Amino acid sequence: MAEIIIKNLRKDFGSFTAVKESSFTIADGEFFMLLGPSGCGKTTTLRMIAGLELPSSGEIFLDGEEISQRPPSQRDIAFVFQMFALYPHMNVRRNISYPLISQGMKRRDVRAKVAEVAGILGIEHMLDKPVGGLSGGDRQRVALGRAIVREPKAFMMDEPLGALDAEFREHMSEELRALHDRMGATTVYVTHDQLEAMQMGDKIVVMNNAVVEQFGTPQDIYDKPATLFVADFIGSPSMNFLNFSGTVEKGQSVVSLGNHQVVVPEQLENKQGELVLGVRPEHIQLSDQGDMRAEILALEYLGTTQIVVLNSEYGELKARVDAALPVAVGDQVAIHFRADTITLFDRGSGRAVRSSLNDGVFAHG
Amino acid sequence: MSYSITEPSSRQKWVAGTLVITYAIITMIPLLWIMMTSFKTPPDSISYPPKVFYEPSLEGYVNLFTTRTRVSPEKLASLPPPENFAEEIVRNRDMVIAGPSKFGGRFLNSVIIGFGSTFLSIFLGTLAAYAFSRFKIPFADDLLFFILSTRMMPPIAVAIPIFLMYRQLGLSDTHLGMILLYTAVNISLAVWLLKGFIDEIPREYEEAALIDGYTRFQAFYKVVLPQAATGIASTAIFCLIFAWNEYAFAVLLTSGTAQTAPPFIPTIIGVGGLDWPAIAAGATLFLLPVMIFTVMLRKHLLRGITFGAVRK
Repeated sequence: MAEIIIKNLRKDFGSFTAVKESSFTIADGEFFMLLGPSGCGKTTTLRMIAGLELPSSGEIFLDGEEISQRPPSQRDIAFVFQMFALYPHMNVRRNISYPLISQGMKRRDVRAKVAEVAGILGIEHMLDKPVGGLSGGDRQRVALGRAIVREPKAFMMDEPLGALDAEFREHMSEELRALHDRMGATTVYVTHDQLEAMQMGDKIVVMNNAVVEQFGTPQDIYDKPATLFVADFIGSPSMNFLNFSGTVEKGQSVVSLGNHQVVVPEQLENKQGELVLGVRPEHIQLSDQGDMRAEILALEYLGTTQIVVLNSEYGELKARVDAALPVAVGDQVAIHFRADTITLFDRGSGRAVRSSLNDGVFAHG
Repeated sequence: MSYSITEPSSRQKWVAGTLVITYAIITMIPLLWIMMTSFKTPPDSISYPPKVFYEPSLEGYVNLFTTRTRVSPEKLASLPPPENFAEEIVRNRDMVIAGPSKFGGRFLNSVIIGFGSTFLSIFLGTLAAYAFSRFKIPFADDLLFFILSTRMMPPIAVAIPIFLMYRQLGLSDTHLGMILLYTAVNISLAVWLLKGFIDEIPREYEEAALIDGYTRFQAFYKVVLPQAATGIASTAIFCLIFAWNEYAFAVLLTSGTAQTAPPFIPTIIGVGGLDWPAIAAGATLFLLPVMIFTVMLRKHLLRGITFGAVRK
């Protein structure tokens, strides 16, 4: 059980930089998600924490100790691989007991410990089976068993649900979260699936192109995106972006979007030039009266809500509204934005403009 | 009537089976003939027309393992009755057993040199293949090509330099010399074959072992090696067959202490001509170790040859 501090971590493979100076802190007992598209450096970061890759520069502290140059066997970290990596020439019991054998634990104690772990995971009945014949979910449980049996300081998980089918993932993600809550061990979990990250994580780091874009709770990441990338990557459908050129001044809470005035959270810095107004689909309201008009292009019915695709003078927008709202393709409607949820971005740098809404989310950078 | 593109019909299977069996019989005839000859008496073995049915005799095997001297009939009559079947067979030819032949020693040399060089090739080959497969080695591709280039000419092409070198180094006619020579020839094959097998083993297994608290060497030994067993078995068969059957270098470099069976067997000369049953008996016995080794590893061999052909 330990806190993990990452300081200015960097990894180069020849001339390719996989991770650029990244820093963040994973609190003791946290379920921590590393989220990003493939190739963004999240798996490399995880492998550096585990010791499977050595960083080019930077430091990793586990429980107060600097471990970035130690071999994995001396870090007391467990790793769950995407393809499980169960030893194919051993049965389930041998697989789970393998980390204990390396520590030289007595045979009787190993048996007791394996039985205990198998009980937690509900796999007692398959202990003497070869791993070859197991289903994906059972393999995943055995892989988890091998990870938790040693009671390590922290768990690293590299897309552990990626190889399971959709139906089983749902079930397994609940099981994983429950297991984490029961053990209370620090867990670092890599995924490219934003829903999985939102659903399971206490904290999320969003990475893109080798840099950390944002670090925070799922709510912060969703409601107060720090960059255009995060705003676009998180949420489905993703945030609507309305491009405009104009001026924002400190203390101002209205921006001019062409000839429309839009109320936004109070801005805390001055910005001028090409800007982007970001609003989530569920924060667009439709009504009959208003001066910002749009035409309904399409409807996607989702049960409790529906997605309305609108053609406005700022491009195509998507709004999430109640499924009961009577709308039809071709209707002309007025659109309103919920003022306190809007984030403005600087189009050039991609960074959010500081406002009373997102003040504070940049602190971790 | 069900029809399937991938599953052959019973008629096709029957035809294919007949062809395979016929081919097997044709290729087996010379081997069968050698084995039959080994159980013939010398007169039967050279009779014309050749005898397919005959009374089996162990004379060939007795002659293979013994040296004999001719004695006068009076001397023969004065001897005590024969103690075993070998003595009896020899006395029927008016001879007595003078002592053991060199075949046993030559056969043992073959075993030591064949299996020794196979073990060494596999041992070095596995380590090298693992390193090439897993670590970043400068000029790895060039090194691999260099290793392969040793097979781009027949090994016997360098026979004279090797002969001179061995004489200088005192390796001529020694077990160590022959083991080193056969290992040098086999190692490129071993490295290339084994690298292919080890490339197919996902790195995650070793990484899991590293995380589980094992060192790099323990991970290699306990996790990679068992996975590579198939590849190691088939590579070992190829190496053993080469070293076991090698003739030219054995003739050139060995004559006494380290002589292997292949150059020895054709030199078995009987009284008044070549002793064909003894030569055939030597050839038959010589076949057995490789046959047993191959049958033991047959399952691995078949899997080994097709390994990697289809991605799972």
